[in-house]
Amino acid sequence: MNPSVDALRREFGPLIGRALVSCGDTIVYLDAGRVAEVLRWLKETPGQQYNYLVDLTAVEYRDPERPLEVVYELFSLERRAPLRVKAELAKDRLEIDSVVPIWAGANWLEREVYDMFGVSFRGHPDLRRILMWETYAEGHPLRKDFPLRGRFSRAEQVRQALGANPEAHYSMDELSIADAYHELPEDMRERLARGERGVIPEPQRERGGE
Amino acid sequence: MGVSLGHAAQGPGTQVLSSLSPNWMTTKLDFLVNWARTSSLWPMPFGTACCAIEFMATAASRFDMARFGMERMAFSPRQSDVLICAGRLPFKLAPVIRRIYDQMTQPKWVISMGACASTGGIFDNYAMVQGIDTVVPVDVYVPGCPPRPEGLLYGILLLHKKIRGETVVDGSLRQERPLDQTGLRLPPDVVDELSEPFGNSIHQTRSA
Amino acid sequence: MSKRTVEFELATPGLDVRGRPMRVPLGASAGAAVAEAEPELGGDHLLLNIGPQHPATHGVLRLVVELDGEVVVRCIPHVGYLHSGFEKLGEYRHYNQIIPLTDRTDYLSPMSNNVGLALAVEKLLGLEITERCTVLRVIACEMSRIISHLVWMGTTGIDIGAFTPFLWMFYERERIYNLQEAWTGARLTTSLTRVGGMMADVPDGFVEGLRTFCQTFPKTLAEVDRVLTRNGIWCARTQGVGALTAEEAINYSLSGPMLRASGVPYDVRKDRPYLDYQTYDFEVPVGEHGDVYDRYLVRFEELVQSTRILEQALDRLPDGPLNVDDPRVILPPKTAAMTDMEAMIFHFKQVMEGVKTPVGEAYFPIENGKGELGYYFVSDGTAKPVRWRIRPPSFINLAALPKMAEGGLLADLIAINASVDIVMGEVDR
Repeated sequence: MNPSVDALRREFGPLIGRALVSCGDTIVYLDAGRVAEVLRWLKETPGQQYNYLVDLTAVEYRDPERPLEVVYELFSLERRAPLRVKAELAKDRLEIDSVVPIWAGANWLEREVYDMFGVSFRGHPDLRRILMWETYAEGHPLRKDFPLRGRFSRAEQVRQALGANPEAHYSMDELSIADAYHELPEDMRERLARGERGVIPEPQRERGGE
Repeated sequence: MGVSLGHAAQGPGTQVLSSLSPNWMTTKLDFLVNWARTSSLWPMPFGTACCAIEFMATAASRFDMARFGMERMAFSPRQSDVLICAGRLPFKLAPVIRRIYDQMTQPKWVISMGACASTGGIFDNYAMVQGIDTVVPVDVYVPGCPPRPEGLLYGILLLHKKIRGETVVDGSLRQERPLDQTGLRLPPDVVDELSEPFGNSIHQTRSA
Repeated sequence: MSKRTVEFELATPGLDVRGRPMRVPLGASAGAAVAEAEPELGGDHLLLNIGPQHPATHGVLRLVVELDGEVVVRCIPHVGYLHSGFEKLGEYRHYNQIIPLTDRTDYLSPMSNNVGLALAVEKLLGLEITERCTVLRVIACEMSRIISHLVWMGTTGIDIGAFTPFLWMFYERERIYNLQEAWTGARLTTSLTRVGGMMADVPDGFVEGLRTFCQTFPKTLAEVDRVLTRNGIWCARTQGVGALTAEEAINYSLSGPMLRASGVPYDVRKDRPYLDYQTYDFEVPVGEHGDVYDRYLVRFEELVQSTRILEQALDRLPDGPLNVDDPRVILPPKTAAMTDMEAMIFHFKQVMEGVKTPVGEAYFPIENGKGELGYYFVSDGTAKPVRWRIRPPSFINLAALPKMAEGGLLADLIAINASVDIVMGEVDR
C-alpha cells in the first residue's frame, strides 16, 4: 500500500474513501465533489509530488448498480511512485471538477471521457467531442447501454456521416476567426450571444432508424 | 444512334463519341486511350491506417510502383486518376472521402485496399464504415490485412485489365453519379445488407 | 481573444466596357472607406484548414490554423478521423483475441503493442513468464522501436525536404520486415504474443539474420548522420523550433523522446523496469533544448542504443521452454490436443471460453517508440475485460502541438508536427 494513502487520510479525513491494492497497484477512492482540491494537494505537497498525470479515464462496470468511476493514474517522477485515484459518480449526475488547471495534459483526456462516457467536467476550457464528430447523435459509445454497432441502422449512420460538414468549425477559437456564425445551430448562437462557454447541450435522443 | 445522356455534364467530345457505333476505328482509339490511361495512373493515396504503411512500402524501392508509372503521388485530387483508399474508414472520415472523390476529375477509378476498406474488416462497430463502396463506387477490391505489396500490385494490374476493357463509346462509364437526395449513394436496404455481419462477427456481440 | 472578422465589401463603381466589374485599387478614393474600417494595413487573419487528407500530417489529422501572414497565431488540431472503437471492441473479445487489435493501433511498431498487452494481462493473472520468452520479448520491443524511429526519420525528412533518407530507412525496414515475417508470418500485423508466452518460437536463421542486421545497420545510420545532422538546411529548420521546457513537458504529460528532448530523464525501461531491462547495459539519451533538433538527436541515439540492446539480448538468449507451463492459459501443442483427452479439453476451454482473469485491475506501462504506452485492464472475473484502456502516447503528445506551434511560422508547424511522431491509429483508437 502506497504511504500516500495514510498521508491523504491525515490531511483530508472523510473525503478519502476506501483504499485497496490490486495486482500491486494502490488504488484510493475520493469523494467526487472535491477531487480538484485533493489532486492539487497530491501534486504540490513536498513528499507527495505527483507531478505527472499518466492517464485520465473512466470505467463503467457491467453491473448496473455500480457507479461510474473516473480514474486518475498519477506518477511521481522524483519518487518514482505510482498512485491510482478514483472518484465514483452516480449515473444520473455525471459531473466532476476538471483538473486542467492542475495538469495541462488533462485537456484532451477529459474531452475524450466526455465524448465516450458523457461525463461533464466543470471548468474545462473547451469541452466538446474529440473522437466522434461534434453533431454525433447516437450517444456516448463506451457506455454499457450503447450497443457495439451503434443505435441507428447502418444506412442511417452512413447518411448522417455523409451529411456532416467536413469543414465544420465548432470550437470557440475557430468561430471567432471564421465567418461561420451563420452555420451554427440556432440554440448555439443564442448561447454564444449570452456568453456561455463550455456548456454543451444534451446529446439528442435517437432520431430515425433502428 | 446516340443515346441521350441527360445526367451530369458531358463534354461535346463525349457526345460525339457516344453517338458512334463501335467499329474498328473506335477499337483502335480505345486501345490508344486505354494504353495511355493505364501507363500512368497517378494514385491519390487516401492512406488512413496500416494499409497506408504497406502502400508506402509498395512505393518504396523494394516493390517500386514507379515501374507502373505510379510513383507520382497526386495529393491533389484534381490531378489524380485512381483513389487508393488504404486503410479503415471511420464514419467521421466518410464525408471527406466522398468530397475528395467528387473533386477528382474523370477518368477516375477507386481501389479499395485492405479488408477494412472493402468490408469494414475486423471493425464491425459503431465507428466504422462497413466498406467504402457504401460511400464511393469501387473498381477493384484488394483483400488482406494488410495486403502484401505484391497483393496491391496485383490489384493495380487487375485495374489495368479493367481499364483495357473500357471503351470511349460508352459514356456511362465516365459519368458522374452524385449522391441522391437522401444523401446516400445506394438505397438504404442495400447499404444495410452490405453492412450485415457475417461469419464469426455474428456470434461475437455478447460482452460477457 | 479578440474577434478579428471584419466585414469587407469590395465596392466597385460599375462595369467596364467589356462587362467586367471595375477594380479600384485600395488607397484610391473609393477605397478610402475601406481603409478607415481597417486601420492596420496588416489585414485579416486567414483561417487555413490542413487535412485530414494531406501529405504532411502523418495520417488523418486535421489542423485548423489561424495565420497572420506566415505566422501561426493559433493552431487547433482535430482528431478522431481514425476512431475505430478499439476500446469498445476489446470488451467483446477474449484477451488473446485482443492481441490482433493491438497490432492496428500503433501499426508502425506492432510487436511492442503485442508485448505490452501480454504483460498487462499477465500482471492481472499474476503470471511469471519464462526466461526465453522474456529475452525474446525484449528483442521484439527493440525491433519495434527501431522500425518506429525509422519511419519517423524517413517521413520527417520528407516533410522538411530531404527525400533520400526515406528510401534508405524503408530499405532497412524491409530487412526487419523479413525477420518479422519469418517469425510471425506477417510483415506488419504480427500478433506475436499470447497470454503467458508467444505465438511461436524464432525460426532457424532468425538469430543470424538479426545479428547481420545489427552489424550493418550502423553503417546506414552513419550515412544518415552524415547527411542530416550537420546539414545547414536541416539545422536551420529544426533548431530552436517548437521548444518546450521541462516543466511544460511534464505538465502536458508528454512521454518518450518528446519528454526526454526537453531534459526530463524519464524512461519507463529505467524508472519502472519490466522484462529485466535493468540488467541490460544501455543509455537513455536526454536532450536540453526541447526543440525539433533535440528530438531528432534523441531518436537517432535511441536507434544506436536499441541496436546495442539487441546485440546483448541475442548474446544472452537462453534455451528452454518458451511458454508458461500452465495449460489453462497456454494452448497445448497440437499433437497433444489431438491425442490426449485432457489436452483436448484444455484446448476447447481456452478457445471457446477464453482465459479467465480474477477480479481486479492492472495498469502496465511500457516504453514504446512513441512514449509511454500503457494498457489498463479492469476485470470482473470473466474472460472478457470490463474495460480496456490504451494509454496512448501519441494522443497525449499531440495535445501539446498548439503550445509548440503558436507563434512560429507555418513551415515550422509542419516540422513540429513531424517531430511529435504521431501515429493516428493510436491517437484515435
